[in-house]
Amino acid sequence: MMGSRTMKATASMLAASALAAAGLLALALSPCPAWADAAANVTGAVPVMKDGAQVYQHVCQGCHMPDGKGAVGTATIPALAGNPKLASAGYPAQVIVHGYGGMPFFNGYLSDTQVADVVNYIRSHFGNNFTDKLTPDDVKPLRADAPVVEMP
Amino acid sequence: MTEAPSRSTRRQLLSRIGMVAGTAAMYQAMTRLGHAAGSDFTSPPNLSGGKGQSVVILGAGLAGMLAAYELRKAGYKVQILEYQNRSGGRNFTLRGGDRYTELGGGVIDVKFAAGNYVNPGPWRLPYHHHAILHYCREFGVALEPFQQFNMNTWLHSSTTFGGKPQRYRDYMSDFTGYTAELLSKAINQGKLDDPAGKEEREILLEAMRDWGALDRDYRYVKGLHASNRRGFDHEPGGGPDGAPTPSTPFSRDDVMKSGLWAWMAFHMNYEMQPTMFQPVGGMDMIGRGFARQVGDLVTHQAKVSKIAQDDHGVTVSWTDMAHGGATRTTKADFCVCTIPLSILTQMEVEVSDAMLAAIAAVPYASSVKLGLEFKRRFWEEDEAIYGGISFTDQGISQISYPSHGYFSKGPAVLLGGYMFGPAAYDFAGMTPEERVKHGLQQGAALHPQYLKEFSNGVGWAWSRVPWIEGCCGTWSEQARRDHYKTLTTMDRRIVLAGEHASYVGCWQEGALLSSISAVEQLHKRAQGAG
Repeated sequence: MMGSRTMKATASMLAASALAAAGLLALALSPCPAWADAAANVTGAVPVMKDGAQVYQHVCQGCHMPDGKGAVGTATIPALAGNPKLASAGYPAQVIVHGYGGMPFFNGYLSDTQVADVVNYIRSHFGNNFTDKLTPDDVKPLRADAPVVEMP
Repeated sequence: MTEAPSRSTRRQLLSRIGMVAGTAAMYQAMTRLGHAAGSDFTSPPNLSGGKGQSVVILGAGLAGMLAAYELRKAGYKVQILEYQNRSGGRNFTLRGGDRYTELGGGVIDVKFAAGNYVNPGPWRLPYHHHAILHYCREFGVALEPFQQFNMNTWLHSSTTFGGKPQRYRDYMSDFTGYTAELLSKAINQGKLDDPAGKEEREILLEAMRDWGALDRDYRYVKGLHASNRRGFDHEPGGGPDGAPTPSTPFSRDDVMKSGLWAWMAFHMNYEMQPTMFQPVGGMDMIGRGFARQVGDLVTHQAKVSKIAQDDHGVTVSWTDMAHGGATRTTKADFCVCTIPLSILTQMEVEVSDAMLAAIAAVPYASSVKLGLEFKRRFWEEDEAIYGGISFTDQGISQISYPSHGYFSKGPAVLLGGYMFGPAAYDFAGMTPEERVKHGLQQGAALHPQYLKEFSNGVGWAWSRVPWIEGCCGTWSEQARRDHYKTLTTMDRRIVLAGEHASYVGCWQEGALLSSISAVEQLHKRAQGAG
């Protein structure tokens, strides 16, 4: 855990210097009062996520847990470890882009590459051994009717 | 002088950012453009003539408790089933001695000194959230001002002004001043002759001089005009050496490029405008106020597993966790269900297919809050910050200083981070201890005293809270269009309520407004069926 956190800090610093001018604009638009006290907030810097492991760490494990085993509260957060629904790479990609029940949609946040990366990651970790790979091009068509955060 | 960006050029700007800065920036930009979360509340529901029919209410949050209060008053026989061993739902407060285990096994162990607290859920009430204010008044919940807007807080960007935080006041003065100067220049050079008539231009010039603290030549420059806004290098004093010396504005280039102007717009949002309030002693004083009215109706530790209905009534199956996990059923004529959709979507619920689709259509946002206790109020003692919010482009996003206990000695708790979106996903993925550690490291960029003065802290991630597994409903454009009406319309004998069933999502006001709509529908239905 600690090693990966350090990695995050480094990635953020790289982003800060590499994106100079672009970073200024990103900052400018980052405070995000939206609906409510929820989104009526400010969203701080996002870690740069260079591969599937980093996407998993910075986005997915808040719910699916670092070991991919999910959790059971009053509802179940599905395990990714040993989940037969991962047999088809298109399924997790669809769920990530469109959301599923209480799970947020990541359309508008994760890029095609990041979706493909993390799908390939979860299908080849946590004891999963699927060898076929999803490509960013496979993700593109899922965008057509994907949900978009509500705007006025 | 170009005109204000139109909606389409704004979209182009956003898409340009999406290209150069990654889609995350796009996501953030999009989520800031939301609904103005006001309230259409005018008066409490006036129901009467209930004929003793029974209502089972699922959930003892504010929506459920309000429904119970109004329905009992109207003559219904009411009971509430609540999963937790407490009432209030997301309306709650963490104090020293509290201990929670989150999903994944992390332990939130609160070690605050007596009297200190943090509100991990709702924490402030806008003056126009009339319903929540109405019921606070009715239930005797004492409110005090919540300091939302404080011009002496910090704006911090890691990439501008050398990473050094700047006072909101200084930045706002300079941004306003330079903007006014530019507009004045455009007018004086005849560049606004076309869009604005002579009289309007004269008015505007005068307004800009006033608004921007410009000198007689319409310049924003170092001097007493500007320092009356941004403060002085040497503050005005008494005696022979009392004359003030003006402070030096930042360069226009730095001001514009820094992007810090976005944080000024934050306070202009309808839902963020002063006056705001907080309950004296912690947000859960509101939940307690509601519980004083209807606490006798609540069965705690009741885990609902199934909600069925037929022509004759509703049957709720639940596990009685307070009595060895016994299986029980409760029958009633009607049901008000306030269970969060993130949970409800995995339950067996006998409603129309359209309603089931609606329940499954609203994902829940992730949100993280950090409550940090320090040995002393260094933000007050060293920096003259009394309440309000500092902003940063780091993950923690903002730091909010307590709006109560000013000038007191001893330890105090501030909100060391409040995150939604990408930063919330990131922090939720850490252990509670790591959240605090990263919060401290990031906060130290604004307050070097952080590390020396730190005492203890908590990191609360809503996506890991077992009884909701998320913070609040996140409507997409499509879901709102396709499912909102269905979700909020009574389905035979079952009606839903909660912030998710409103246009004031994620606010307590939304929970109350949806509850009022639910009991009105229920009453109408019950009268008609009577």
